[in-house]
Amino acid sequence: MDFKLNGQTVSFDGDGEMPLLWYLRDLAGMTGTKFGCGAGLCGACTVHVDGMAARSCQTWMEDVAGTEVTTIEGLGDGDTLHALQIAWAENDVPQCGYCQSGQIMQAASLLKDNPNPTDADIDQAMYGNICRCGTYQRIKKAIRDVASGKVKGGQL
Amino acid sequence: MSIALENISRRAALKTLGIASGLVVAAPIFAKGVRAEAMGTAGQLENSAYLTIDPDGTVHIFIHRVEMGQGSRTGLPQIIADELEADWSRIVFEPAFGDRKFGDQNTDGSTSIRKFYDAFRAAGAGARHMLEQAAANQWGVAASDVEAKNHRVHNKVTGASEDFSAFVKAASKLKAPAGEALKLKSKPDWKLIGKPVRNIYMKDIVTGSSTFGQDVRREGMLFAVAARPPVVGGKVTSYDKGAAMAVKGVVDVVELPELSLPASFKPLGGVAVLATNTWAAMKGREALEAQFEGGQNSTYDTTEYEKTLWASIDGADTTHLNRGDAAAAIEAADKVVSADYFVAHQHHMTMEPPAATAEWQGEDLKMWVCCQDPQSVQQTVAGFVGKKPDEIYVEATLLGGAFGRKSKPDFAAEAAILAKHAKKPVKMVWTREDDVHHGYYHTIAAQRVTAGLTGAGKVTAWKHKAAYPSIGGTFNPAADGPGSFELGLGLLDLPFEVENLRVDAGSAKAHARIGWLRSVANIQQAFATGSFVDELAQESGKSTVDMWMELIGSDRQMNPTEDMPNLMQGEQRSSYSNYGEQLDRHPVDTARLKAALRKVADMSGYGKKMPKGRGMGISVHRSFVSYVACAMEVEVSDGGALKVHNAWMAVDCGVAVNPDRVKAQMEGAVVFALSHALHGEITFENGAVVQGNFDGYPVCRIDEAPHVETVILESDHVPGGVGEPGVPPVAPALANAIFAATGKRIRRLPVKDQLIA
Repeated sequence: MDFKLNGQTVSFDGDGEMPLLWYLRDLAGMTGTKFGCGAGLCGACTVHVDGMAARSCQTWMEDVAGTEVTTIEGLGDGDTLHALQIAWAENDVPQCGYCQSGQIMQAASLLKDNPNPTDADIDQAMYGNICRCGTYQRIKKAIRDVASGKVKGGQL
Repeated sequence: MSIALENISRRAALKTLGIASGLVVAAPIFAKGVRAEAMGTAGQLENSAYLTIDPDGTVHIFIHRVEMGQGSRTGLPQIIADELEADWSRIVFEPAFGDRKFGDQNTDGSTSIRKFYDAFRAAGAGARHMLEQAAANQWGVAASDVEAKNHRVHNKVTGASEDFSAFVKAASKLKAPAGEALKLKSKPDWKLIGKPVRNIYMKDIVTGSSTFGQDVRREGMLFAVAARPPVVGGKVTSYDKGAAMAVKGVVDVVELPELSLPASFKPLGGVAVLATNTWAAMKGREALEAQFEGGQNSTYDTTEYEKTLWASIDGADTTHLNRGDAAAAIEAADKVVSADYFVAHQHHMTMEPPAATAEWQGEDLKMWVCCQDPQSVQQTVAGFVGKKPDEIYVEATLLGGAFGRKSKPDFAAEAAILAKHAKKPVKMVWTREDDVHHGYYHTIAAQRVTAGLTGAGKVTAWKHKAAYPSIGGTFNPAADGPGSFELGLGLLDLPFEVENLRVDAGSAKAHARIGWLRSVANIQQAFATGSFVDELAQESGKSTVDMWMELIGSDRQMNPTEDMPNLMQGEQRSSYSNYGEQLDRHPVDTARLKAALRKVADMSGYGKKMPKGRGMGISVHRSFVSYVACAMEVEVSDGGALKVHNAWMAVDCGVAVNPDRVKAQMEGAVVFALSHALHGEITFENGAVVQGNFDGYPVCRIDEAPHVETVILESDHVPGGVGEPGVPPVAPALANAIFAATGKRIRRLPVKDQLIA
């Protein structure tokens, strides 16, 4: 079967029950999508499937056929990063950084659907993404900075 | 400055760093000070194990400590670069491998900045002096007539200036400055120390290109997962190798060596499945249907064990601290107040489960591990693969959280054993369930605090009993109850000017791997102390801040050892370790403690009238030689739903090398401590952990995170710890806030459903 990964068409003929997460990390060698729980509980593995945030550890390869998958590696446009990536840097959001790919992918999906989220909208959309370093308040600030237009995409 | 530097530019050791030529400056640091001597070099300047400068002026800073989110790999280079007058954009940040030449690499105990601040300043300043001297020699002027600034040396006589690169080769032949000749910059001249420099890994993190332990890839590698005995010390009784081998992608099934207790850092045993990808390895493990027998820990049950702890508290009679006569004073008191506090086992729950990759290249072993201490990996792995520790190359990757878990390299030994067997690179992948089932848990703790008061509410006696299994039990089966190194985290240094003070410990044997977790025994000891001060305030009709101030008493620098009886614990005298610092460098300073408390009371408006259902709590604690006060505002609905609205943190950590990272650590500490205080509980049944993932062991999500405001108290004191000290005052502030909001006293953590009506 074929699907699009960050704009490139790729083929897969392996175990259809394999979660997309392990295809990305082990077979495609794209480790920006992180393994946190393997059970859809932490959000570290969040990617976009046809533009919607999805937990790649709960997305089976057989369901990926014909879709467009975007990972953190494909969120920006070459050197021009997504506004959220810039806002994450400007607010010094990450501590260890492990969950942040998933946080950014989730936030990008939120802003695509809802460009002006309330704090309650942010809490609801980001609820599934755990950060053990406790960067939540800066995550909220970074999302608000992009929503308000204060931070735009660009280079780091 | 008494630090001696070493110009080691010509050393053969440099070849191992992959450095061809340049200037290299070494300030090797050992626990008890800094050594240095001078050596010449060809081309490159090296005046410490941490700093080299290439002939083109590129500065390499070798960061020997690991990065787990605490910011050390940004903060340490700030210190060197500032003293060197280096241009931040011309620095190459070199992740360090495990090597004793770097001194202590165990990134634990909030030590990176406080233990290496002097050495890193000296390394940077030493190299700056050498460049200045080389320039002065070349220009034929006195050293005092030149000055390094922003990667150039300026000639104050002629006004000329040249890039560092012009002087590297000449500087590399000079002696490193020693003694009085080594002059550090003064505070007003700092350009990087005290500034919010951005994380050096920022771009990698936000683009997903950073490499954590789980992310390591090697050509031709296999992926391994293992079925391990659920009880520590248990053994495999059966497994279906054929079924696992039948899974597509599985290439081998390998038994891991059985664990012989004590567990220490050794792997737990079990059966590993090696496959061409992690998913296949996981499916193979399932197919194994491995069975185990429990061994000596298989009766461990936390519900039963709690009763054992309270019985131990009743009989606790090993006295670690004794001033006056607390028992007699309580007997004679007008009023006696006593309270029991309990804290359940907690788990680190790092976002990144442990992982390690090993690769044999002939007889050489290379490893990439999300470890807190690469030297500890060398030590642990060596015995299992027949090598000497120094022969093993270990690189610490970035760590996706650690909190103490990743200073225990059991998982690294597994990878090395399997790679040796497979003759291919192997990544040992721990799943979330592996992480929860096979942790090094925070202890399970019971405490009883009893105070005697006068009729006017003056506290005349404080008697504190503690019983919990020691971390020592993980290494020594004889360990029984809290060790003085654990009581020293908040109890032996109780900052109270109370006439009669006593700390007793009760026995408690460990039946699981007990380990250190962010702020360690301060967690339970600050919870009990901070809660009990609030209880005493209530009982005597005073504000909690006033009660703290009365108990702390005068401004003074305490010496806890004065009140410690000459107690022998086995071979070892009970002692106060002061987080490994000398008391003259880092005194227990009651004035700083009070200042932090006053500050947080001001910031939060503590004491103001709150609407119904809302309350504020406050606490303060010294740990890792820093002082942190926390105030918290909560709201509890009629039905018992809790919302933490705000937290305020006031921190005195001495010089804050990177104030933004200090604030980030305080923000993170609030969320971390709240997660455990509200939800965190590991329980055991039949010797095995009951919980398995974030559903069984919930942590705070975004909707539970309060707004946190942090103030760093301005200080010229040498740096204290930052990564851990934010944690201890949070749980008591929370419990006190809940009491203020509801009148219900939380004496048991986690809170869980205690508030539900």
